[in-house]
Amino acid sequence: MQMREMETLKHSDVNQAKKIDIRKTRVRWGEFLIESSLGLCAMISIFTTGVIIFILAQESLGFFEAVSPFDFFFGTSWVPLFEPSSYGVLPLLWGTMLITIGAALFAIPTGLASAIYLSEYASPRMRAVVKPVLEVLAGIPTVVYGYFALTFVTPLLRKMVPGLEVFNALSGAIVVGVMILPTIATLSDNALRAVPDSLRQGAYALGATSLEVTTRVVVPAGLSGVMASFLLAISRAIGETMAVTLAAGATPNLSLTFLESIQTMTAYIVQVSMGDTPAGGIAYQTLFAVAGLLFVITLILNIVSQWILSKFREVYE
Amino acid sequence: MSAINLLEESIVEKTAGESESIPSQTFPDEVILDIDNVSISYSGNPAVKHVSFPIAKNRITSIIGPSGCGKSTLLRSINRMNDFIDGVTVDGNFIYAGHNVYSSRIDPVEVRRNIGMVFQKPNPFPKTIYKNISWGPQINGFTGSMDELVEKSLRQAALWDEVRDRLHESALGLSGGQQQRLCIARALAMEPDILLMDEPCSALDPISTSHIEDLLFDLKSRYTIVIVTHNMQQAARISDYTAFLEMGDLIEFGITDQLFTRPNQKRTEEYVTGRFG
Amino acid sequence: MKRSPLELSNTNIQKRHRKARMFRLLCAGVTWLGAALLAILLIQITLDGIKWLDIQFLTSFPSRFPYKAGVKSALVGTLWLITMIAIVSIPIGVATALYLEELSHKGRIAKIVEVNIANLAGVPSIVYGIIGLAIFVRGLGFERSLVSGALTMSLLILPVIIIASREAIKTVPMSIRHAAYALGATKLQTAWAHVLPASFPGILTGVILALSRAIGETAPLIMIGALTYVAFLPEGPMDSFTALPIQIFNWVSRPQQEFHELAAGGIIVLLVVLLTMNATAIFIRHKTEKKLQ
Repeated sequence: MQMREMETLKHSDVNQAKKIDIRKTRVRWGEFLIESSLGLCAMISIFTTGVIIFILAQESLGFFEAVSPFDFFFGTSWVPLFEPSSYGVLPLLWGTMLITIGAALFAIPTGLASAIYLSEYASPRMRAVVKPVLEVLAGIPTVVYGYFALTFVTPLLRKMVPGLEVFNALSGAIVVGVMILPTIATLSDNALRAVPDSLRQGAYALGATSLEVTTRVVVPAGLSGVMASFLLAISRAIGETMAVTLAAGATPNLSLTFLESIQTMTAYIVQVSMGDTPAGGIAYQTLFAVAGLLFVITLILNIVSQWILSKFREVYE
Repeated sequence: MSAINLLEESIVEKTAGESESIPSQTFPDEVILDIDNVSISYSGNPAVKHVSFPIAKNRITSIIGPSGCGKSTLLRSINRMNDFIDGVTVDGNFIYAGHNVYSSRIDPVEVRRNIGMVFQKPNPFPKTIYKNISWGPQINGFTGSMDELVEKSLRQAALWDEVRDRLHESALGLSGGQQQRLCIARALAMEPDILLMDEPCSALDPISTSHIEDLLFDLKSRYTIVIVTHNMQQAARISDYTAFLEMGDLIEFGITDQLFTRPNQKRTEEYVTGRFG
Repeated sequence: MKRSPLELSNTNIQKRHRKARMFRLLCAGVTWLGAALLAILLIQITLDGIKWLDIQFLTSFPSRFPYKAGVKSALVGTLWLITMIAIVSIPIGVATALYLEELSHKGRIAKIVEVNIANLAGVPSIVYGIIGLAIFVRGLGFERSLVSGALTMSLLILPVIIIASREAIKTVPMSIRHAAYALGATKLQTAWAHVLPASFPGILTGVILALSRAIGETAPLIMIGALTYVAFLPEGPMDSFTALPIQIFNWVSRPQQEFHELAAGGIIVLLVVLLTMNATAIFIRHKTEKKLQ
């Protein structure tokens, strides 16, 4: 007890001796400096966006001084590198659309079915196997898919589809579809798994079968996430470069079938940069006009997809 | 304790909405922190309304009330922990060390250095027991012997004997009650002027709870403690002063014995006798 | 004979159950199709390329003659590139994530930066290539060097690193931050001593996944003009270079069967590099998680 008293005394002495000042007496310069530099790092991303837009806009404006925007957007012939030249972007745009439509026709049903299987039917052990497989599929470099298209898919298709050229939109569309499949499957799976079990149980309690629960309750409830995954995947397909460059060819045309060689916007950009194009010439500027168009299309798709996610996000918690 | 008995008639009972503070010359203890007409709201919704009462130095003050009455909110505002929650606005004064804690000239980091806090759920750092204690003093420029400080803090928190052989093992290996005492030791290592405790026993089993109550008893002569609790017996057992909050209003503040045995307000009586809440 | 309503609904239920079973089988089958495609792809590549894989393939420069050709310069170029990308992108990416999650005021500007980063992550890689060409190769005069390649790739994977790091930082419980703040720690002290170590495994995984994406990217390197035929090793950051995906692209583009097989060999090397990185990520994550327990 004596000891305790002593200790108490000592402590209150200390308390009295300790002069407490809670005012802002010093500026933490070191912290300020570090925080500012971290903030500067965060600004790099804004700066990057600014630079991308500035450069694409500046060079595209140079291009539009030589070529009227009307000819660019509505012209049906793309012959930029030879005389007489013609700068109608529609054939490239069509090539990109052909690949994207084909890829989406393949990847949307299969991706959604995989997502449904993963979230509604697969056991945890099965998920543990399938999810990594999808991740590996998503992590394979695109040039590998290009190789796969050229050396495996095309020869196989040529045996089945008569009249198929060596370079063709079909093969490109299929491998691009395989490439975007994991995006759709994993993102849609996340969206479906966010649907609370109480909704499923409610439907089962009404005597619905698993098919009815899935198609009438779960998928509609997770629709915003599913739609967003479609848009994101389509945006990837549009920007995809190597596989279509290798598989689909370098012939800009407005072909309606998947059997012929076509050229996408991305493949055109690669084609030009493979040659030694001098800076400042019109051919060099076409790169930026086409890339600018590509940037705007993918940006719109990404923004719409984010908007759908934030606008229609179902909050169940 | 005897000095407090002199007070009985001099404590001004508080009713909802009133805001005058107790004249300090009639308060028997040294006031270390004066809560003066404080209102707190979460994005416009009032959580605490015009609350005033003093915190006595080297005493335990408990804040009781039904859940959602704003007691935790009030406590977290004292050392500006509510700064980290979006949409919280605080009006009124917390007078501490001669300044309003919410004045723009005040450094909240300095406030928290002097007013420590123990949380509802034990939240040790995912590091060793030793580092849990030493980190606070270390970042605040402690120059003495760290080993001694760690030992002293753990002894004060009545944890030393249980962990002396495993100071360099992860704190996450401790039981819930031990983790909470570690959190108390961690706060004590800073030698806080005031120690705030937000329902420190609510996540613990009865045995751990009694451990911590014993500990508070030991600490009360050396530290100023403000404790939020939903357990009225606990408040009655350990505290010198009690504030009773309901729906954000301070219903009554007074000496604990008096508030529990002869409350001035009917609401208080109903609450402490268990007729509601 | 009239059927009772009950019987009618029984056949109805059987039909519905049959449909549900078929749907389930369909979904499972389609999912396994994905796995089957991966298997076919890997088997096909291995069959094509395995016979070219030997020490000579790894230690030779590219050549007009398939039997003399190798990936030496491409492999070394890729290793140079990935080291430089890591040096540039990891500090900036983690710093940005830390700033956005821990230090910035969660206001309009933070929201704008967040949307901006999400959009940057969706910009096609070839657009980054064009920007790299305009800024680094031409504008800043770095020519077709490793520096140009590394900086372009860093811009490309920065959003990925930032997003993954932010996710990892978000998983650190609030209570740990509050414990530190209540001890009078500043936000920066808290971030450095507690948030960063606790989110380290998650950040590491994200960083390695981002770097593996950079290793496989081909289009931006073609844009900035990484050479396809390089019979020397880069000795410094300003040297010109080639990289594995470029070399593979070059070989695939040739009509001859032998070069296609060389490409398959190159792909195997590339996939082994990727696999090693991912395995390292999993290993380190496993180890740090164990240590924290």
